[in-house]
Amino acid sequence: METERTESAEDTYAVPEPDVPWVTIVHNDPVNLMSYVTYVFQTYFGYSKDKATKLMMDVHHKGRAVVSSGSREEMERDVQAMHGYGLWATLQQDRR
Amino acid sequence: MPGTFEPLPGGGASVALDDVEISIIRSLAAQLLELIGPGPAEDASADPLAELFADGPSEPPSDPVLRRLFPDAYTDPAKFPDTAQQAEEAKASSAEFRRYTENDLRAGKREDALAVVRGLDELTLESGGAGTGGGVLRLTPERSLRWLKALNDIRLAIAARLDITDEEDSEILYRLPDTDERKPLVMAYLWLGGLQESLVETLMP
Repeated sequence: METERTESAEDTYAVPEPDVPWVTIVHNDPVNLMSYVTYVFQTYFGYSKDKATKLMMDVHHKGRAVVSSGSREEMERDVQAMHGYGLWATLQQDRR
Repeated sequence: MPGTFEPLPGGGASVALDDVEISIIRSLAAQLLELIGPGPAEDASADPLAELFADGPSEPPSDPVLRRLFPDAYTDPAKFPDTAQQAEEAKASSAEFRRYTENDLRAGKREDALAVVRGLDELTLESGGAGTGGGVLRLTPERSLRWLKALNDIRLAIAARLDITDEEDSEILYRLPDTDERKPLVMAYLWLGGLQESLVETLMP
């Protein structure tokens, strides 16, 4: 995908570093129950009740939460799983 | 308590449902099945291998319910892309993700909704046919999970139909006058929310 790239192009665009991890983000929606979202975080990711609850509250109050990070393939798997549960999830490279 | 899931000893859950409740859930699950559509298996493909390797769609669904059930994986709903190039990349990646995942996701949601329809039909048979007052539905842990996900999908579908996209929308709908044509669907939505809440409680680790 990124085989042909000139020096100037690299300077012009903020090209994501290949080793920058990817993240799965879950977005707030008014339908999913707080208990259900917590349940999904606990059972799918294996998070503790405290961590799952905190992430759920972040989704609810801040509109979004990073729920996992890793390789692009791993995050695609997590996003697919979240969609399977009906949670609104996206993935992106973690440019911070 | 009627209309509330209770945990079963040894795992699973049970709920008492009357005829009307059974028919409402069944009808909503059947509508969801119709919307999700037949799998590639029912698309008249004689070759099981071709079906196995069949690509899913690359474009987002046009129906708002399906768009909510199968959202773009690379498009942040709350953030506009910084550049046109980023928007293009997100669109291309979302399309590719869709090609490789949407068939499986549809199959999973179909199985969940089918588990609901089958469970209700078994219950109706057990209790001597429709119109005999309903019965007590008993779910294994595996079926409980399918029901949980199906109830959630049904609520997402109703919300998309009612155009509930933020908390304020739901507040407005809760105060609809009885004469509003959306009222029955709103009532079903609220009732199913309580039902799902009681089911998730029985499953909490």
